[in-house]
Amino acid sequence: MTKPLNEYTIVEAARALRARECTVLELWDACRTAAEEKNPALNAYLELFDADDAAIAAAQKRIDAGDTSMLCGIPLAMKDNILVEGKTVSAASKMLEQYRATYDATVTTRLKKAGALFLGRTNMDEFAMGSSTEHSAFGPTRNPVDPSRIPGGSSGGSAAAVAAHLCIAALGSDTGGSIRQPAAHTGIVGLKPTYGAVSRNGLIALGSSLDQIGPLAKSAEDAEILFAAIRGHDPLDGTTIDEATYPPVALPEKLTIGIPRALIGQDGVDPALRTVFTETLSKLEAAGHTLVDIELPMSSSALAAYYVIMPAEVSANLARLDGMRYGHAARGKTLLDDYLLSRTEGFGSETKRRILLGTFVLSSGYIDAYYRKADAAREVLRAEYARAFAQCDVIAFPTTPSAAFRFGEKSGDPVAMYLEDVFTVTANLTGMPAISVPMGAVETEGARLPVGIHFTASHGGDTLALLAAREVETAR
Amino acid sequence: MATKEDVRKLAALARIAIADAELDAFTKDFDSILTYVGQLDALELPHAGATRPAVRNVMREDGTPHETGKYTERLVAQFPQKDGDYLEVKQIIAHD
Repeated sequence: MTKPLNEYTIVEAARALRARECTVLELWDACRTAAEEKNPALNAYLELFDADDAAIAAAQKRIDAGDTSMLCGIPLAMKDNILVEGKTVSAASKMLEQYRATYDATVTTRLKKAGALFLGRTNMDEFAMGSSTEHSAFGPTRNPVDPSRIPGGSSGGSAAAVAAHLCIAALGSDTGGSIRQPAAHTGIVGLKPTYGAVSRNGLIALGSSLDQIGPLAKSAEDAEILFAAIRGHDPLDGTTIDEATYPPVALPEKLTIGIPRALIGQDGVDPALRTVFTETLSKLEAAGHTLVDIELPMSSSALAAYYVIMPAEVSANLARLDGMRYGHAARGKTLLDDYLLSRTEGFGSETKRRILLGTFVLSSGYIDAYYRKADAAREVLRAEYARAFAQCDVIAFPTTPSAAFRFGEKSGDPVAMYLEDVFTVTANLTGMPAISVPMGAVETEGARLPVGIHFTASHGGDTLALLAAREVETAR
Repeated sequence: MATKEDVRKLAALARIAIADAELDAFTKDFDSILTYVGQLDALELPHAGATRPAVRNVMREDGTPHETGKYTERLVAQFPQKDGDYLEVKQIIAHD
C-alpha cells in the first residue's frame, strides 16, 4: 500500500502494524503531522494532545506480543464533550473553557483498554446544539471537501478530522443527528447506536432521553469495530442495555428495505440528492435486496416534537452550570447576580435560545400543549416504526435534505437550521439505531459534495444497520 | 405570539439576562420556533398524558461507592472560590 499512514482505515492500519510495515509511533506521527498541518485552516481540533509515550510504547509492545485488539495503537479523535481524565473538556463552550475532566468516560476507559490512542479533542456546536459547528464558542470547523461550507454538526470537528485524515477514526455524540448529519456532509460513515447500547457515563449531557455516543469512521467496518469496543452494559449508566434487552436480530442474506416514499418526496428535499438516492436504491435492488413501500405519517411531526423534548431536557441538564462549583464564574453584588452573570457570559446565543424554549414548554400552562403533546407524538412515532419493521429489516431515506450549505446560510434563521435534522431526529425519538453511509455526490455551484443514505433498524439491530451500510459500500 | 415581556420573564426563570439590544431578535426567533413546534397542536393523538409515557427516569441501584476522597483534590481544584476544601459562596442569610 502506498498511501500515507494517516489515510489508513482502522482495518488497514491494524494490518500494517502487524505486518511491521509501520510502527505505532510512525502511525501516530503521521496523524499528528497531518493535524498540525491542516488544523489551522479547518479548526477540526480544539486541542491536540501531547503524545503519550507510555501508551504508544505499551501499544507497540502488545502488538509485538501478538495482541489481536484491532484498536491497539490506533490514533483516534474525541469530541469535546467526552471526558478524558486530566484533559480539558469544554463542550465548545466558554462556560467550560477551563474545565478539566476528573475521570475517564466509560467509552474512554474501554478504548484505552483496547489500546487506542487519543490525538485530541474536536470542535462542535456548543453543548452539541447545532447542525453546522457555527455555534462553537471557538469558531466554526470548515468542511474539508469545500472549506467555504459547513461540515455539519454538532460533531463537525470529529467528522472533518476523519474526512481530512487528521486521525484514523473518531467518536462523536448524536442527540438529533449530530453524528450522522456531519458524516453525510463530509463523506464518511456515522453510526448512532440503539439508545442505551453505549454508556453515557462521562458524556456532557444534552438531551438525556436522546443522547448516544457513536463512531465516525472511514468505512462501515471501522464503525463496527469502534462500536464493538465501546458498547455494553455499564453499572455507571442506568440506561445502558445488555444483550438480553431486545430480541436478537438475525442478519439475512438479502435485506428487505422499507422506503417511506411520502417522506422523501416532500418539499425541501434537493431533487439532485433525490436522484442519487433513487440510483442507490436501484443498485441495492440489482444486488438482490428487496424494496418495499412503507408509511410513517408521524414523521412529518417528528421534528416539531423533537424541538420541544430536546430543549426541555436541555433546560434541566444545563441548570447545573451556575458558576458555583466549576466552569465560568462571574461575580456580582448578590448570589443571584453571580448566577445571572455566569450563565449570561458563559452560554452562547443558541444555548440560551434552547434553555429559554425548554423553560417555556415545561412551564405551567404550556406543558400539556407542548411537552406532553410531543411525548405522545413520540409514542405514536415509535409504534409506527415498530409496525413498519414487521415488513422490512431496515428503513432507508437520505440522511439530509440537501448537501452541505455555506457558512452563514442558515445561521440567521433557527428554524431553517433545525430543518437540517428533519430525517435524523426520528431515530433519537424512537431510540432505534441508525447509520449514515456515503451514497455519492451532487454537483452544486461547481463543487462535488458528498451525500449520505440513512438506514434505521429496530431496537438492538445495530449490526443490521451496519450490514445495510456495507451493502451500499459494495454496491456503489 | 411571544412578547418581549414573555422572553424577559423566561430568561429570569432560567437565570439568564437578555440585553435590551438582543431582546428584539431573541423574541423574533423565539416566536418563529414556537410557530413551528405549534404544528403539534393540530395533531389528533391518543389523549396526551392519558397513557403512561414509555420514557421514564432510570436510576441506578446504590452500589459500592469509590473510596472517600478519591476525587476531592481534583474537584476542589475547580472551585472558583474556596476555603480549604470548602466551597465558598456569597452569604445569603443576614445576621441582623
